[in-house]
Amino acid sequence: MNLQTIIDKLQLNVLTQASDFSSVTPNGGYTADLLSCVMAGAKNGTIWVTLQAHMNIVAVAAMLDVAAVIITENAKPDPATIAKANEQGIILLSTPKASYEICGKLWELNLR
Amino acid sequence: MKAMAPTRPPTEQEKFGRHRPLTDLDAHEINRIEELSYDLKIHEVMASNVITTSPDVPVSRVLELMRVNRISGAPVVEDEKLIGIISLEDIVRALQNDELTAPVRKYMTPSLVTVKTFECVVEAIKTFSEKRLGRLPVVDENRQLKGIITKGDITRGILHAVQRDYKEEEVRRYRASHLFEDIISDRTTLVLRYNIKAGDFTHGGNASSHIKRALLRLGADAQLARRCGIAAYEAEMNLIIHTTNGGILKLEVEPHRITLSTTDDGPGIADIEKVLQPGYSTATDNVREMGFGAGMGLVNIQRCVDKMELDSAPGKGTKLIMRITVPSESLNSKKGSS
Repeated sequence: MNLQTIIDKLQLNVLTQASDFSSVTPNGGYTADLLSCVMAGAKNGTIWVTLQAHMNIVAVAAMLDVAAVIITENAKPDPATIAKANEQGIILLSTPKASYEICGKLWELNLR
Repeated sequence: MKAMAPTRPPTEQEKFGRHRPLTDLDAHEINRIEELSYDLKIHEVMASNVITTSPDVPVSRVLELMRVNRISGAPVVEDEKLIGIISLEDIVRALQNDELTAPVRKYMTPSLVTVKTFECVVEAIKTFSEKRLGRLPVVDENRQLKGIITKGDITRGILHAVQRDYKEEEVRRYRASHLFEDIISDRTTLVLRYNIKAGDFTHGGNASSHIKRALLRLGADAQLARRCGIAAYEAEMNLIIHTTNGGILKLEVEPHRITLSTTDDGPGIADIEKVLQPGYSTATDNVREMGFGAGMGLVNIQRCVDKMELDSAPGKGTKLIMRITVPSESLNSKKGSS
């Protein structure tokens, strides 16, 4: 399951610069809004689902080398956060849906 | 008869097709290629010795020019200015009308899509995909023809740049990973210090990401760099969230051991046993809203390091020391593996 398929099936908005998402293959998912839990629990190459949208998610995502971050419930990162994500090569996606629903859909897509 | 099973292991390409699992390094490279299409200027990748034609020569002359030089089109230049381009298609039209003796001016394509020498390569990429053209003349600000660019030129240019980048990073890693061999002493320690400001959430995580990169360059494997990175991140965020005046995050690297430490001058911790309990936090509500204050920072650190010492007194300040034993061959290995 590549990231482009996930973006299409879940109708996610791409917040950071476009790239060849079909060549990114996430190897699992993780959800939490507490950054220390993410630090402890998210493996590299996973998709991180969170409703946090502030600057520090980029640092956490970069430290863990996650495949992409899905920001839920329409939380909007500010332009500086998006710029930093672009600089660090972090893919930020967003959706109006809640984390619960997004995780359910990812599970249905067999991202387990 | 059944085909013999291949004896060699399958290549990544054969195993995964186009969708082989993406490594951290790949992700970095993909991004770098996008970056390069903005960094590289058209004049850096274009072909500059362009074979041109005057508008007044007969079409048959251009046909000969193309045959001899094995090209499929030529810019038309008059008084050093680009006025059009003539391609095989134009020549076919002349042939259909049996007018190979007509001047180039009559059959050339005059209105021209061009790119400029000083523009980014990404502009040419955009133009190629919009206009479905095979080649673009490159002009300077005075519309003087300076070169010609094809998709092949762009691919070549980007590959060269990536290779150059890769070599630079290799050299950096090589130099850094030899640090401990090249400098002789009874005990060599590399010390990196980062000043962390209180409340500076905007730069939160910068120091720890620098630490992670430094360790990779020094030849640490990905696992070790990640452990140190996570511990450094939690310690860095603690300085940002909890201190009065910020503090210092320090990395000390020795061939067999890495020591991370933070020092600050207050407010200090009242009950050290409590802060070591998972879930205990003194973070304020607005810090918690940002996802901090889970009460997991020190717990995470303990999980990532081999030994953690916490020394604090209210009104004085806090010193946190984290020690990580370097597995033999992880750091300072000649390969500089990642």
